[in-house]
Amino acid sequence: MLTRIEVFQKRHLPDHQGEQILSEIQSLGIPGAKEVRVVEVYLLEGTLSRQDTERICGELLADTVVQDYSFNSHPSLKGTPVHAIEVVRKPGVMDPVEYTTLKGIKDLGLRVDWVKRARRYLITGKLTRDELTTIANKILANTTIEDVFIGSDGVSYRRPSVGYTFQKTSVPLLKADNSRLSEISSQRQLYLTLEEMQAIQSYFRSLEREPTDIELETLAQTWSEHCMHKTLKGLIEYHGEVIDNLLDSTIMKATRELNRSWCVSVFRDNAGIIRFDRNYNICFKVETHNHPSAIEPYGGASTGLGGVIRDILGCGLGARPILGTDVFCFGPPDLPYSRLPKGTLHPRRIFKSVAQGVRDYGNRMGIPTANGAIFFDERYVGNPLVFCGNVGLIPRNRCDKEAEAGDLVLLLGGRTGRDGIHGATFSSAELTGESEVLSSGAVQIGNPITEKKMTDLLLEARDKDLFHSITDCGAGGLSSAVGEMGKELGAEVDLDKVPLKYSGLSYWEIWVSEAQERMVLAVPPQKADELVKLFNSEDVEATIIGRFTGDKRLRLRYQGNLVGELDMSFLHGGPPPLVRKARWTPPEHPEPELPEKGDYTEELKRILSSWNVCSKEWVIRQYDHEVQGSCVLKPLQGVNNDGPGDACVVTPLLGSKRGIAVSCGMNPKYGDIDPYHMAASAIDEALRQIIAVGGNLRQVALLDNFCWGNTQLPDRLGGLVRAALACYHMALYFGTPFISGKDSLNNEFSLGDKTVCIPPTLLISALSVVEDVTRTVSMDAKEPGNLIYILGLTKPELGGSHYYHIHGYIGNNVPRVDTRWAKKTMEALSKASGKGLVRACHDCSEGGLAVAAAEMAFSGGLGMELSLKDVPYEGDTERDDVLLFSESNSRFVVEVRPQDTGAFKKIFKGTPCGLLGKVRKDTTFVIKGLHGKPVVHEDIRWLKEAWQAPLRW
Amino acid sequence: MPKVKALILRTAGTNCDWETEHALRKVRAETQRIHINRILEKKDLLHQYHILVLPGGFTYGDDIAAGKILANLLRFHLEGEIRHFLQEGKLILGICNGFQTLVKSRLLPALDGNAQEATLTFNDSNRFEARWVYLKVCSSKSVYIQEGQILYLPVAHAEGKFLTRDEGVLQRLRDASQIVFKYVNPEGEDAEYPYNPNGSIENIAGICDPTGRILGMMPHPERYVEPFQHPRWQREGLAKQPHGILIFRNAVDYVKKNLL
Repeated sequence: MLTRIEVFQKRHLPDHQGEQILSEIQSLGIPGAKEVRVVEVYLLEGTLSRQDTERICGELLADTVVQDYSFNSHPSLKGTPVHAIEVVRKPGVMDPVEYTTLKGIKDLGLRVDWVKRARRYLITGKLTRDELTTIANKILANTTIEDVFIGSDGVSYRRPSVGYTFQKTSVPLLKADNSRLSEISSQRQLYLTLEEMQAIQSYFRSLEREPTDIELETLAQTWSEHCMHKTLKGLIEYHGEVIDNLLDSTIMKATRELNRSWCVSVFRDNAGIIRFDRNYNICFKVETHNHPSAIEPYGGASTGLGGVIRDILGCGLGARPILGTDVFCFGPPDLPYSRLPKGTLHPRRIFKSVAQGVRDYGNRMGIPTANGAIFFDERYVGNPLVFCGNVGLIPRNRCDKEAEAGDLVLLLGGRTGRDGIHGATFSSAELTGESEVLSSGAVQIGNPITEKKMTDLLLEARDKDLFHSITDCGAGGLSSAVGEMGKELGAEVDLDKVPLKYSGLSYWEIWVSEAQERMVLAVPPQKADELVKLFNSEDVEATIIGRFTGDKRLRLRYQGNLVGELDMSFLHGGPPPLVRKARWTPPEHPEPELPEKGDYTEELKRILSSWNVCSKEWVIRQYDHEVQGSCVLKPLQGVNNDGPGDACVVTPLLGSKRGIAVSCGMNPKYGDIDPYHMAASAIDEALRQIIAVGGNLRQVALLDNFCWGNTQLPDRLGGLVRAALACYHMALYFGTPFISGKDSLNNEFSLGDKTVCIPPTLLISALSVVEDVTRTVSMDAKEPGNLIYILGLTKPELGGSHYYHIHGYIGNNVPRVDTRWAKKTMEALSKASGKGLVRACHDCSEGGLAVAAAEMAFSGGLGMELSLKDVPYEGDTERDDVLLFSESNSRFVVEVRPQDTGAFKKIFKGTPCGLLGKVRKDTTFVIKGLHGKPVVHEDIRWLKEAWQAPLRW
Repeated sequence: MPKVKALILRTAGTNCDWETEHALRKVRAETQRIHINRILEKKDLLHQYHILVLPGGFTYGDDIAAGKILANLLRFHLEGEIRHFLQEGKLILGICNGFQTLVKSRLLPALDGNAQEATLTFNDSNRFEARWVYLKVCSSKSVYIQEGQILYLPVAHAEGKFLTRDEGVLQRLRDASQIVFKYVNPEGEDAEYPYNPNGSIENIAGICDPTGRILGMMPHPERYVEPFQHPRWQREGLAKQPHGILIFRNAVDYVKKNLL
């Protein structure tokens, strides 16, 4: 029996969700809609009496103070006509609420067999069928994962019953010619190259048998760009030179040469690990989840976050997640629909859904999200970027792990379903207008509570020494996790033991599914019972699915039948090394000749209002950045808690003053001119933020995340080589080693014969240990009468700047890192803030000095009286606009008390440092130009308004 | 000397249990973070403690409605034990998700005891918001705080809008001085969004039961027990007495005085 329950807000109460949808409908240019009400629909399968159903409604599903309910009939809306649109997740797409509802009903002492949830939207007004379809597809549903029913009385969904009959499948490969090999690769969505298919063919020829489907899948997952990074670890011909393993010869090389004793584990584990204090280490990892976020932004972003959290849980023997960071790249939120390519979601929708995904997962996990950035450029429309980072705290004696022969393979956490099949191979391919159709299987939906439950117990199991090794089930699913952990040992797995969400999965689907919230542990047999019991005690599933053998072979069985057997050495020794060509030709951009003006207030406000600079408060407040009670320098600062902080600082051990500062640096605009200087600037920016909050360079670890276009094209790869070289040079120069990183290539979107490549994007994340957090510095101007200084050298470096951008130019003179001064300036500033001489400090980045000073002023609620006369400058003729808006690196704006200026100036003797002016009592913000006349003059309230208005959603 | 013992109840999705434990330990309570399954197995476990704390988090994902699933567990599976616990004069504190749970389990405001008299529902902004708020203590009814003070604490929630079933319930709350915290502006006056972050009726941020021994509040006192947790300490200096600690200290003092 199927019971349909509808729960809805009482008629006299406002429906805020409905109101929000209504305003989105209106902004689509559909004026007919007058009101939207949202109805939660639950379909329950089972035998229920009328009283049972009443109880389920009244005691569980409806909050009777504000909601009404009905069953087996529809509530009506006054006012006609009323249109109904019902949205339901496709069969097999997971919905955590359905599981919770089952539990809630059980807790009432009742029983149902199955729950399906849907959402029904009642829209009042005159609307055509086409308009309703537009509303459904653009606002209410994502048809990749959801079905839409328009105008119906409500659809009756049935529990899918899919059986599975085992049949072992071989793929005829031995006799295939080259074109057949390529065909097999593309038909099965393996994304393997011809050379790789040939290597597989000759392996099986030597075994004198055809491969099975699961063997091909295993090889495709393990050899995917996503898992193996074969481009950056392969051979690259670059201007007559052959680079063997770009990462190893640049980024990792710097770490080796620096050889810092506080680096505990680098480029080895799921995350990099550094020393924190006598008892603990800190680990840090940043991942990308770009392609899933393009197709289904909410699920893509939330599972990206879930994945990087599992990297931390699977680092060493398991670390406690203590901080999240998130960086996004989107198309402009105001992109006209006419410019939106077919098959893509609007940037505004992607932005909102991604932020919600991160919010819902991070907040539920109880991990503060306190650092991040958002960057906008039209080239991200078809291929947005979502970077998710996580930091963990781990006891020093829990950082090493090793599975042993005889250990059992234990699968922990969520159940396996058809979600996320082919995620690893999909993410290594280019997106097209059809991606959303082809790859819907690659979409994963997460359940943070499953991950939270697992987290709570993992650390307990770790401290009880119940397992030898752990890793997360990420891209490639069990195939990657077991394959990786059993690399040196060999492993056998009984796939029918894997707990499933629903029946119908074939053995190879079980093996490569990327269902979320799962981890794999190597457990000594004598401890298995205790471990399973521990997890079961808090309703976490833990299942033994196999054994690490010691014979260096991977053996897969289903119901006792051998379905796959591969040598670990072939699986991991892998594909023939990739050879790529790289070339770098500097682009020439038109150089603007902008006339000098007497007043730049408008320009300043336009930059403050630009998408990249404007306030991100709308997003930041949706993240719980204070959970765990650890955040001591928050992302929003100042007299009204709304100014833009630089790095965030957290104290992972409550009550202790020892903390960590975390920051990020990124500026793809510079990459359009030269990825070398883009990378150097990103490193400088990340370090600047650490220094600005009172940190120092003594113990800073860096992470690199490259998101690039198709690196089969020599010019794209050439840019990447240059960026990697800059990472090497700058890491050595600043003495800041890289400890982990990740690359995501093929970030291009093609539609028909047109391909859009994302700007070369390198995210640098920095983490520093802060000895005493009570010495940290916030960015808001503090007291009238205090003096304002600029540190560092300003040069005519406006290439890629926001000032050029608002005039429609890119230019050529990209900011460089001046190695004469950068480190000296930072070291002097650390010294000054260590002595308590710095009252406020803000880093100069996008928009230059003018933006930095304005942000300090309006965040502190105080005006400033500044002059450009004494700004340390190097270059041709000085101009007011250059001094105001140049984005030269390694610069800071600093506030100092009058009584501290002597000591402060002494520290900066011989380092570029100029007096700008002072903090005013009132709210007027004035910058005088070289000729002594004001070139910026505005009340800080209007500057702040310009900065806050764009994202006041 | 016997110790004040606090049980921090956790379940799937609880996530403020560590910092709540830190706050209680700062005021020298003996604490244990215990999963609800352990209490369901051995129900008299509860009676070894003086204070039951329901910390913040997203129990069961806030699926269906925040706190609902845990509330029903308390109502239908632990009702007798909780009644017994209260009859012994002991304390219950619900913070954020804990407050949502107390209201939905009908332990608050507990005017009649049978029907659900109030709720915490979606913020007017229809989104999760984290921000610091000023709170006026409007009643000395609860044992956790004295009337007249202005506290500054963070909120972080999506479903914090307090509503009563009807005007009658609200009037009875007023009459019985059960409204403990109201959102105010820095001057202590009634104020609108963003000072009232969720649109609660009469700016209500926290209430107690008629005995004053059950307190539920949306703001997080456990997040301000160290001076450098304040969002503007770099501006205003380090406070001697972080406001959040008061709630925990008063609870512990009450137990010492009345139950030990």
